[in-house]
Amino acid sequence: MSQVVHTGAEGFLHRYEGLKDRLPGARLPWLAALRAKAAESFRAQGFPTRRVEAWHYTDLRQVTQASFDEALTLVQDDIVLPKAHTANRVVFVDGRLRSDLSSWPTMATVASQIGRIEGRVMLPEEPMAALNTMLFEDGMLLNIPAGTDAGVLEILSIASASARPTAFHLRHIVRLHEGAKLTVLEVNQGPAATRYLHNPVWQVEVGEGASFTHARLQQEGALAFQLGSIYATVAAGGTYDNFTLNAGGRLVRNEIHATLTGTGATCHMNGAQLLSDGQHADTTTFLDHAAPGCASRQTYKTVLTGKSRGVFQGKILVRQAAQQTDGYQMNQALLLSPDAEMDSKPQLEIYADDVKCSHGATVGELDADQLFYLRARGIDEATARSMLVRAFLQEAVEGIADETLRDALESAVEGWWEHQGDRHS
Amino acid sequence: MLRIEGLTAEVDGKEILKGIDLEVPTGEVHAIMGPNGSGKSTLSYVLAGRDGYEVTGGTATFDGVDLLGKAPEERAALGVFLAFQYPVELPGVGNANFLRTALNAVRRGRGESELDAMQFLKVARARMKELSMPEDMLKRGVNVGFSGGEKKRNEVLQMALLAPKLAILDETDSGLDIDALKIASDGVNALRGPDFSALVITHYQRLLTYIVPDRVHVLMAGRIVRSGGKELALELEASGYGAPQAA
Amino acid sequence: MAAVTETIETVQAATEGTYKWGFSTDIAMDYAPKGLNEDIVRFISAKKNEPAWLLEWRLKAYAMWLKMEEPTWPSVHYPKIDFQDAFYYAAPKEGPKSLDEVDPELLKTYAKLGIPLKEQAYLAGVEGAGDSPADARMPIAVDAVFDSVSVATSYKERLAKDGIIFCSISEAVHEHPELVKQYLGSVVPQGDNFYACLNSAVFTDGSFVYIPKGVRCPMELSTYFRINAKSTGQFERTLIIADEGAVVSYLEGCTAPMRDENQLHAAVVELVAMDDASIKYSTVQNWYPGDAEGKGGIYNFVTKRAQCRGKRSKVSWTQVETGSAITWKYPSCVLLGEDSVGEFYSVAITNNYQQADTGTKMIHVGARTKSTIVSKGISAGHGQNTYRGLVRVAPTAHGARNFTQCDSLLIGDLCGAHTVPYIENRCLTAKLEHEATTSRIAEDQLFYCRQRGLTQEDAVGLIVNGFCREVLKELPMEFAVEAQKLLQISLEGSVG
Repeated sequence: MSQVVHTGAEGFLHRYEGLKDRLPGARLPWLAALRAKAAESFRAQGFPTRRVEAWHYTDLRQVTQASFDEALTLVQDDIVLPKAHTANRVVFVDGRLRSDLSSWPTMATVASQIGRIEGRVMLPEEPMAALNTMLFEDGMLLNIPAGTDAGVLEILSIASASARPTAFHLRHIVRLHEGAKLTVLEVNQGPAATRYLHNPVWQVEVGEGASFTHARLQQEGALAFQLGSIYATVAAGGTYDNFTLNAGGRLVRNEIHATLTGTGATCHMNGAQLLSDGQHADTTTFLDHAAPGCASRQTYKTVLTGKSRGVFQGKILVRQAAQQTDGYQMNQALLLSPDAEMDSKPQLEIYADDVKCSHGATVGELDADQLFYLRARGIDEATARSMLVRAFLQEAVEGIADETLRDALESAVEGWWEHQGDRHS
Repeated sequence: MLRIEGLTAEVDGKEILKGIDLEVPTGEVHAIMGPNGSGKSTLSYVLAGRDGYEVTGGTATFDGVDLLGKAPEERAALGVFLAFQYPVELPGVGNANFLRTALNAVRRGRGESELDAMQFLKVARARMKELSMPEDMLKRGVNVGFSGGEKKRNEVLQMALLAPKLAILDETDSGLDIDALKIASDGVNALRGPDFSALVITHYQRLLTYIVPDRVHVLMAGRIVRSGGKELALELEASGYGAPQAA
Repeated sequence: MAAVTETIETVQAATEGTYKWGFSTDIAMDYAPKGLNEDIVRFISAKKNEPAWLLEWRLKAYAMWLKMEEPTWPSVHYPKIDFQDAFYYAAPKEGPKSLDEVDPELLKTYAKLGIPLKEQAYLAGVEGAGDSPADARMPIAVDAVFDSVSVATSYKERLAKDGIIFCSISEAVHEHPELVKQYLGSVVPQGDNFYACLNSAVFTDGSFVYIPKGVRCPMELSTYFRINAKSTGQFERTLIIADEGAVVSYLEGCTAPMRDENQLHAAVVELVAMDDASIKYSTVQNWYPGDAEGKGGIYNFVTKRAQCRGKRSKVSWTQVETGSAITWKYPSCVLLGEDSVGEFYSVAITNNYQQADTGTKMIHVGARTKSTIVSKGISAGHGQNTYRGLVRVAPTAHGARNFTQCDSLLIGDLCGAHTVPYIENRCLTAKLEHEATTSRIAEDQLFYCRQRGLTQEDAVGLIVNGFCREVLKELPMEFAVEAQKLLQISLEGSVG
């Protein structure tokens, strides 16, 4: 066997060539063809560089200069699972289903249903999604029948402590039929001292009048890279609610594409990025209003400490047909350190005239007047700062109606903030 | 007792207080009157310890303890309360959470036990009723979306809850209608007693008909130029601030 | 209600014609051979009798330009420009003379455009009233640039009394070589971008202004750019230097004949403000926008940048962009000096098939630097209007502040309005705020106006003027009236 170390796009393409006969569905011609097409697309684009406008603020060199392996065998059983937030939980370790660790009565995964998903796997043009399509091994397949409330499901992705950097590419496919309901709490974790790449792709299809609430808790290990993408479509009267908490990882990109395809569809995208020394987190949203009378709301908050860098890019596209669009986006960043950097690029692209669209962005430090007011009431400086930081994040969290989700996210915020306190005091 | 001696202070390099001497004995309410720009608000911020208000000379002690070297929260724990002329809005910080945090911080400073949420609510509701404040104000963000009058009442509510030893009221009357003014004054008067003192800063005599001061001081161009009994306020109302400076 | 009456009058005046500046002047012209090569660069330099250093400077730029690529990132679309299919130098045969000797055809042209070149008309009233700017009607000093050359500059002698230099840049090269050499390209270097580089190689004229220490310029300075000749590109270069404590307000206007072909206008404007200096730069850009089908019109690819080098210096850009088939310009401020201030106020209208990609860059380097951006975009017909802006705060810019407000108004459902701000902050104590909104003229607003007796078009004009008010009020008064009329004309036929 050759000992040449392949890095960057070449490394992944090299492994695809070696693995392609062993990937799930290798014998299905349509899937093999799709993966080959994805490989072609990824070969042509490579990993995006900063010269690509959409990646202007996120430099992937840390990822492209490293060498990864896809995990070929299930890891041994020394995984310590975090406490479950819900009764139903599906666990993926290094991108592979661990049914022995999962509890979900009607569990169906992409790998187990691979013969039935023909025509359901999409190939987005973005390079990271192409990479995922080329190499995905497993993921959840959630097909919720019309009028069904499927309750709350937790999906945990956890990376194992491995000596060699691993890469995994979960592909989740969610389809809610007319009037269906589903809530997912997606938790991503990994060991602190292991370098790995998690490159998940979600395909979400929300049917007419259906409602999908999707909360994501990104708490990857401190050396991890997570480059995740969501592609969602929402039909008439449907709702897609996404909340993402970016707290972990060394270099993280959270990319959400949502297309409102039917009249009266709604999308909420909220999130918080909590960044400590050495972290880089990028939230990039693309909201496509393709039908009339749809509403979208986005609120993103970033708190930066140490030498960290936060990025927010958010584009609202209103197509000519999308009259009576109501689009709103707010992104705010709070700098707590002189070494932090925040870059924002909110964007509007509007082709219909009867619309109400606005965005706002602010960057700044804690307000001196507010701090003084709290201290003048006897509250010590550390507590006052903490109150103001929590208050800043509150607006992003308060939109979450489901208590389980809100508790999970709020306690994650608390945990992060307390950890900051340990560091600085 | 609040004792200020030779206090000078500057803001952005400009001297605003040019040597203040003032004593407010325990149990007394003193008023400070003066035209706009005379340094009234600066004095209140210096006593409360706001950044950017630099003390360049003199002393200020409360019950013998030096105030000027202390952090704002330490002064609050000593029992110094500043009712802000322009109360700050704190979006996302619930009023109840804020009030309880502040109350417990001050109670800790006094060596008293902290109140749990239930105990706090009981106390807060009672005080709010006295001040005719709607209960939903507890649930809202601190001062967020409050009218000018509501903000001032919120200041008085905080004062009632924190039960300070020294209250500094910075133009609490501005922006209040007559009913609100009465409520606010009742709040202050309820605290009056042998252990409470107050410094009431105002531009107009009106407030002093409700909070009757023991002494009135006139602040002009950073100095106290006249002091007298409560009748001085009436005299100023009639003749203006002009005369003493010229003399 | 005087304001309303005035607006209605404006509207009535405006509805009389479409692009009323679209005539051309028949005058004997001197051309460079068509096309672009090193010899053309030498030809231009020789025509202007330039010193060797400037020819070298141009040739260096030309060599750089050959290696550069046309930018593709703006949201504008047009067929590839054939840079060989144009004249790079076109000037009236009779060279520039004193103001009294200017070709009567040219004087007629400027009179028709409403630009006063004669000083006397105003002087009588002003000289008698003394030098106080508050007195009487303010005169405006004009530098008139006709195709490739400056044909006249008024009030030069009066301004020279205060030590102010106001002349064409060609003249400045000869009369004030030390200043030109020191500042030319110091704000926009030759290789800055494709069009600035092209301009550096082939610029033919433009205005030069130097305001000495402590001088407040006693009148508005202005340059009026006119493209007249066919198949000709205009490449002007303007350089304004405000020394310590100097104050100047400068206006710029531009028009061109109606032609089926697209003509290129690639200008560079450099501003330098020293300690406590203040420059106000106002533009009413009214290049021929092309016809209702999108045929013809000027390609307006312009680089404008200011350096606030001094402490407490201030540069304010105000622009009303109603013309051009395509506009590509980002008047910017590099805020180097502590406490320096940059402002950008913009109204951009795109009607029919016009496209505009315009905005600003505010680069905060010095401590406590402040910037304000107010952008109003109006799209009608098939027009595409993009605000593109950058606010960048360096770690050194302690206490920097920015406020940005971008509003878009759409009239009709075939046009587009786009907002692309970049906000980059690397300073803890900086505070940046950005807001953007998109809206249309509400039916009830229109109905309300019409119920009060206004026509649909008058009502739109009123509402659009209201929408732009924050920007228009930044313009010098004479210009503001002109700009209001222009807004109305530009939107003609957009409703109904």
